[in-house]
Amino acid sequence: MNFDLGVFTPGNLRFLFDGFVITLRLAALGIFFSFWLGTAAAFARLSKRPWIHYPAVVYIEAIRGVPLIMVILWFYFFTPVFTGMPLENFTSALMAFVIFYSAYLAEDIRAGIQSVPVGQIQAAYSTGLSTFQTMRYIVLPQALRNTVPALVTRFIILFKDTSLAYVIGVRELTHSAYIISQREFRPFELYTLLALIYWVCTFSMSRLARSLERCLAPDRRVALKP
Amino acid sequence: MFERVLAYDFRWSILWEPPYADMLLDGIRMTLVVSPIAWGLACMLGVAVAVCRTAPWRLPRALGTAYVEFFRNTPLLVQLFFWYFGVPQLLPPTAQNWLNSVNVPLLGLTLNVEVWTLIVGLAIYTASRVAETLRAGIQSLPRQQTEAGLSTGLSRLQLYRYVILPQAVRLMLPSLTTEFLTTYKNSSLGITIGVAEMTFATRQIDAYTFKGLEAATAVTVLYLAISLTIAGIMAIVERATAIPGMIARRSGGMP
Repeated sequence: MNFDLGVFTPGNLRFLFDGFVITLRLAALGIFFSFWLGTAAAFARLSKRPWIHYPAVVYIEAIRGVPLIMVILWFYFFTPVFTGMPLENFTSALMAFVIFYSAYLAEDIRAGIQSVPVGQIQAAYSTGLSTFQTMRYIVLPQALRNTVPALVTRFIILFKDTSLAYVIGVRELTHSAYIISQREFRPFELYTLLALIYWVCTFSMSRLARSLERCLAPDRRVALKP
Repeated sequence: MFERVLAYDFRWSILWEPPYADMLLDGIRMTLVVSPIAWGLACMLGVAVAVCRTAPWRLPRALGTAYVEFFRNTPLLVQLFFWYFGVPQLLPPTAQNWLNSVNVPLLGLTLNVEVWTLIVGLAIYTASRVAETLRAGIQSLPRQQTEAGLSTGLSRLQLYRYVILPQAVRLMLPSLTTEFLTTYKNSSLGITIGVAEMTFATRQIDAYTFKGLEAATAVTVLYLAISLTIAGIMAIVERATAIPGMIARRSGGMP
């Protein structure tokens, strides 16, 4: 049994921090883009036009039957063939994350849209709003409010899964720890710290989410002030 | 743009040529062996943790909560690295040598230390999710079930064994089968610690032939086909084991 905290030299910690910044960038950009693509896919799946509806169904169900690592690898092999030039690993991983998570977010958002009472839509139409306006001002705000818990959970999962970008050599947090542990032969200390860093981030995110839910829940706010 | 697409020389035949086809088939076999074992272990461990979390004593509840919070909130990849690279550092050399010599033959595969690390790592991670599901199931049962059980003279153990768990497990079966699909997809992380499963086969074929796109496409389609097959079988099992009279929970499909 040997345990040595001497491995956490300022240089190594700095290296880990650089990786952490890349992890945060990957997660933030992934969350941003997959939110919009996911919303679009959710509306596409709910569309009554078959040529919009069925492609969305196939996209969502196909992605959800495949592991994320395969999507990352597939983009990694596919983009140089299609664009004729090798893409930066970061961009390739980001594209894979967006395509993968949009499918899951689409289902979360669709559930939220379907939880909006039909009366709301009918009322919106009868006040003369167009379909787009109804969606934009009536349905989507309520739908998103209903899906906040699911969305936050999904974002936490996305944050954890950024570690898989390691597979194609993106130098994010996990990859940085891997490099240091190979150099210093101190895997136990490094992976313990790594797990703690991820844990602190996800745990604080879930705590934040809980308070956010409390602020956003409209019924409970009414119930609290009778 | 299309000239460039054509500039890539597709060679789909690598998928059925001798050495590469065997890599793919072995990969499929490995995935299909690892996933059920890991899932079975995860269910057993998950039941234990869920029982701890709903126990009337503080210590098991705290331990169960710590387990779930820790393993659910860290990436599976980091956990696998921890078990595979980190933990052996703490073991004495004899134990390390013993681990490295583990070889269990099963269905024509040899399950070595990498495979067992993947199985155990997957099981420990998945158990935290199974435990949360089961806890929700246990807590959704009417409290009178517990009261009636205890008043007929059952011990706590018997109460869980004969009254609570049979109902909770059947109630939550759709979620548990969804967890099987999750485990099956997560087994793709075996590539990171050198388990020769389906994803590993992709990289192996790419390393030998530089035909990564064909291999990745084939393996992606295989994953999807197996997912859909499993989901179909699960739907039949769920229908057969649903508790009559309780609200039928429709499976959420693929997670």
